[in-house]
Amino acid sequence: MSNEEVVNELETQHEEYAEGKQFVRFSRLNRILHVLMIVSFLSLALTGLTLKFSYTAWAATLSRILGGFESAGFIHRAAAVIMIGVFVTHILDIFRLKRKEFGSWKALITGPNTMLPTRNDASEFIASLKWFLGLGERPQYGRWTYWEKFDYFAVFWGIAVIGSTGFMLWFPEFFTLFVPGWFINVATIIHSDEALLATGFIFTVHFFNTHLRPEKFPMDLVVFTGYMPIEEFKHDKPAEYEALLRSGELEKHLVDPYPPIVIRTIRLFAWTALAIGFFMVVWIIYAMIFVYR
Amino acid sequence: MKIVRLVVTLVGLVLLCSAVLVGQENSDCFMCHADKGLTKKVGRTTVSLFVAEKTFESSIHGTLSCTMCHMDLDGKELPHEPKLQKVECGTCHGDQQAKYDQCLHGKAQKRGDALAPKCQDCHGSHDILPARNTRSAINPMRVPYLCGKCHQEGAPVQRQRTIHQTNILENYSESMHGEGLLRKGLLVSATCTSCHTAHQILPHTDSRSTIARKNIANTCATCHVQIEEVHRKVVKGELWEKELHVLPACVDCHQPHKARKVFYDQGMADRDCLRCHEKEGIKSRDGRSLFVNTEHLGQSMHAKTACSQCHTGVSPSKVRPCETVTQKVDCGSCHVELVAEYQKSVHGTLFAQNDPNAPTCIECHGTHLTRGKRDPKSTTFPIRVPELCGKCHLEGKKAAVRYTGTERDIVSHYTESIHGKGLLKSGLVVTAMCTDCHGAHSELPSKDPNSSVHRDNVAHTCGKCHHGIEEKFAKSVHSPLVTDTHKELPACSECHSAHTIRRTDITGFQLEIMQQCGRCHEKIAATYFDTYHGKVSQLGYTKTAKCYDCHGSHDILPVSNPQSHLSRENVVGTCQKCHPGATRRFAGYLTHATHHDPEKYPILFWVFWGMTGLLIGTFVVGGIHTLLWLPRSLQWQRQLKKAKQSGSEKSKEKKNE
Repeated sequence: MSNEEVVNELETQHEEYAEGKQFVRFSRLNRILHVLMIVSFLSLALTGLTLKFSYTAWAATLSRILGGFESAGFIHRAAAVIMIGVFVTHILDIFRLKRKEFGSWKALITGPNTMLPTRNDASEFIASLKWFLGLGERPQYGRWTYWEKFDYFAVFWGIAVIGSTGFMLWFPEFFTLFVPGWFINVATIIHSDEALLATGFIFTVHFFNTHLRPEKFPMDLVVFTGYMPIEEFKHDKPAEYEALLRSGELEKHLVDPYPPIVIRTIRLFAWTALAIGFFMVVWIIYAMIFVYR
Repeated sequence: MKIVRLVVTLVGLVLLCSAVLVGQENSDCFMCHADKGLTKKVGRTTVSLFVAEKTFESSIHGTLSCTMCHMDLDGKELPHEPKLQKVECGTCHGDQQAKYDQCLHGKAQKRGDALAPKCQDCHGSHDILPARNTRSAINPMRVPYLCGKCHQEGAPVQRQRTIHQTNILENYSESMHGEGLLRKGLLVSATCTSCHTAHQILPHTDSRSTIARKNIANTCATCHVQIEEVHRKVVKGELWEKELHVLPACVDCHQPHKARKVFYDQGMADRDCLRCHEKEGIKSRDGRSLFVNTEHLGQSMHAKTACSQCHTGVSPSKVRPCETVTQKVDCGSCHVELVAEYQKSVHGTLFAQNDPNAPTCIECHGTHLTRGKRDPKSTTFPIRVPELCGKCHLEGKKAAVRYTGTERDIVSHYTESIHGKGLLKSGLVVTAMCTDCHGAHSELPSKDPNSSVHRDNVAHTCGKCHHGIEEKFAKSVHSPLVTDTHKELPACSECHSAHTIRRTDITGFQLEIMQQCGRCHEKIAATYFDTYHGKVSQLGYTKTAKCYDCHGSHDILPVSNPQSHLSRENVVGTCQKCHPGATRRFAGYLTHATHHDPEKYPILFWVFWGMTGLLIGTFVVGGIHTLLWLPRSLQWQRQLKKAKQSGSEKSKEKKNE
């Protein structure tokens, strides 16, 4: 029996069961962390950009709305603390996963669903480029695609770089006990430019990759609800779908969808976040290109 | 034995008598006091006790014995005790002494005033000469110099005591009296003592004084005996003494110490003028009212000035004495200096050019109702001055229309300024108003180097009130006294403006001041705005460091100056004003750092471009990836739709089956 036939066979077996069900992609904790990430990231970006683009009239207005530069500074630091909290919680969650579900670091790192870049990611990347250029079919993506892994590690990099320089700017009197004063100037540049990179990347590339690409347009709610329709899952992550079919564990991951009221609430939140992000993209482009100083 | 005893007794008596007799002889005193080296110590100073015998003998007291004055030595054994009682001139000169005791000098001496003159300060001691002797210090020819020792400008008395007249000696020597005495050698010419007396010098407020208002006529009349006759025409037979309240005293016209050779119009009394001009209907031929409100005249500063003193050229002998008046009133005949100032001012220059808009004295001071600037009802009283100047300088009025400079809405701006609020809202009459800066009579455009508001003079003008600031500023790098440059240094008005001066503790001022610094310090101001301090300031908040927080405001000095707020010694302290934990390393923060200058800040430059490279690289890769993806994604979406449709059709078919 060919591979396709096997899958079709399995599918027909599960069809009755899968009817109207949704696939669980994200755990409750990860969804909460992502929401907290959005809230803290937007707060950090908004308050930070008022300083970075202080020469625009928008910045002064926004600063007033936020309650003045001191209040904006407080929001910025509070959001930073939340984001670091998110980061630490995620690390602790990885330890919990290792203990409860994988048993060993090796299983966690080398398993099919690892977050670490693998050889398969490289070949998928090349296959994707071929697909883009019309030289091949759409690759059979698994649970985590290479761009998702890139986004994931970009956060690690960002938190390390922006966080460390941010602390220097938060406590300059303490840090200059060890480093020369001009380190603060360097920290300012790195903090500011890396933040620009982060906001710019999230609000354009990440937004497109996950929400704006035509098949997901206008947004993909999976990261908020945690669930995606089984049909969508089947087409989007065929490799994972197939693996689950073969192992017969698909049923374990299927649930009933949320009632519409929950979806509406989630949609409202997501739209707000998306709108703020778009506003900031426009502002950044305006400030960087038209009135740059 | 008896004889021997007698002889001894006789010799003893003779010796005793001769000793007593000899003690009374002046020659005995000169045995010691003719010695030029004879001195005594009073405290730390050595005082000569030498008395020149010849000088003494030729003095007016030359025939008197020493003990007549030094009475406590009378009958004393010689040499005498070094401490002597003071000589009492009053023993003989009782009258003069009594007058002296009552006079200003005597009273001052009693109080222990070290500057008070004693008898010998004017008359001398052993060398007293009679007044008629030309060598005498009290000879009329020399009296002005004698009095002038203390009463000339710069002398301690003139500086430290309250003397209401200035330049006394100078004015006197130029006066008619001084000229008569000093240049023409007229001994009868009035000298100091002629008016003030020699011994009974009293202030003019003392009714006993010879210069008291009611006595002055008598005093003058001691010499000018006929003057009352001459002036009788003026007052139509009235005597000065009888109607003092309406009649001028001599000094009202002939100022003390300045009695100049001015010929005042004779024979006119105000009453003669008012006979006609009191009537409200009186008009000139061309229809101007010639009415003089006597009530106004009585309230004015010139209440005691006769009409004919201002309206010169009257002829008392005519029925209408004023028909010979041809000249307009010239205030300069009395207010010489002020009018001279006015003539140099822009107002005066325009007037000289017959400009119809040029203000003259009366535009500001009025005519018969001219009041002093201290009179709250006066148009020149401080709180009314902005309104007064505004009559022409208010936007749209005749002066503002002609003006082409940059200062617009002067009066309304001033009213809103800190000075205007102080003056007009808080009623502080010491607050700066128009004439404090521009001068009351010497207004000049700011471009004129003589103008009080010319950029070179403006610091001094502001310093009249803000003296402490002027002192600080004079030592700062912005002062022309410190920095010699062809560039324009900032004057007070550059930062504080001229008419819109604001409180310096308000946000608006504090933020705008940085733009002022940036006008000259372009680069350094631009780079400041690249730092956190600058960015917060730019957002409109004043809590972060602004230019003057670090550099100082009026006391700005170059960093190389140890006195500077930013010198090596002071910079940490300056940072600590806001950052209490600041250390020397902390002060190494680059407050004017820019990542655009690879030579000055190479590290920042390369860090910035490194970060920018990373940013651009990421976006290029991400962007290309996205753009390539987009068409495929659209295609994929269409495929999915089809699949979905066929899927639902299939399921429908299944169900139908």
